[in-house]
Amino acid sequence: MSSASIEPASAHGSTKSYVLGLVLSLVLTIIPFGAVMMGAFSTPVTVWIIVITAVLQMLVQLVMFMHLNTKADEGWNMMSFVFTVSILALVVGGSLWIMHHLHINMMIG
Amino acid sequence: MATDTLHHGAHAGDHEDHDHHEHHDVAGTKVFGFWVYLMSDLVIFGTLFATYAVLMRGTAGGPTGADIFELPLILFGTFALLISSFTFGMGVLAMNANRVGQLKMWLVVTFVLGLMFLGMEVYEFHHLIHEGYGPDRSAFLSAFFTLVGTHGLHVTFGMIWILVMLVQLQTKGINAATRPRILCLSLFWHFLDIVWICVFSFVYLMGVL
Repeated sequence: MSSASIEPASAHGSTKSYVLGLVLSLVLTIIPFGAVMMGAFSTPVTVWIIVITAVLQMLVQLVMFMHLNTKADEGWNMMSFVFTVSILALVVGGSLWIMHHLHINMMIG
Repeated sequence: MATDTLHHGAHAGDHEDHDHHEHHDVAGTKVFGFWVYLMSDLVIFGTLFATYAVLMRGTAGGPTGADIFELPLILFGTFALLISSFTFGMGVLAMNANRVGQLKMWLVVTFVLGLMFLGMEVYEFHHLIHEGYGPDRSAFLSAFFTLVGTHGLHVTFGMIWILVMLVQLQTKGINAATRPRILCLSLFWHFLDIVWICVFSFVYLMGVL
């Protein structure tokens, strides 16, 4: 079994952690769908429920399924991930910011 | 020790008690390289999300998200994809325990769940286009079809990859060549799940509000 130990980021975990990840992700899916489909909350509250459960849900996937941590590969996985998320924040946030102001200044719609 | 993880020794009594002491830098580098590819893919999806967010109000007199999205259908597809992420994880555990039969079984289950998700998406797209709400109807629908379609295309290629790995496991078994491939594929599959979480949260749920 010379190659049983090779993978830094993804060879680890246990049945327990995967089951926990599955249960968490299902719960974090049912909550926002339930909030929207039943319409029990006001729109701003529902938006916050969606955003918070989505972020938690992504963390569950990253940590429990993809085993992202700061130790594997001396932190290079995490480092590249943080870099990419920073770029995304600029691209998505910047686009929305610019286009929002353009929309207001053009007075369309 | 580049490949030590937090999990080391945490479950020594479990079946998947594998040898952490030998290193295999080539395989580790492969998986890391694939990780970097996934990060670039994330940027692609990020730009598509930004495009969608900018164009989502450009309905050109056509339907809005609230008019066309069917949440029960989306919920069904979401469950299929989330559970498939779990079944792939179980496959990786089976591989770590060197159980090739179990690994193949989990891959088949993952494939079927992926097929259910894809079936949901094809049904939705076909339904929309049939009603005259294709990507040519409005800027909103162009952005919607591009974003969701790109994700669906990724899932399709992931499923082709699963089939290829099933053949390779049949002929080669679990070895130093197939192991990193399965691990890369598992990262790819979990990654698609993360993108889908963004899609159902920010496209479908927000769209219906």
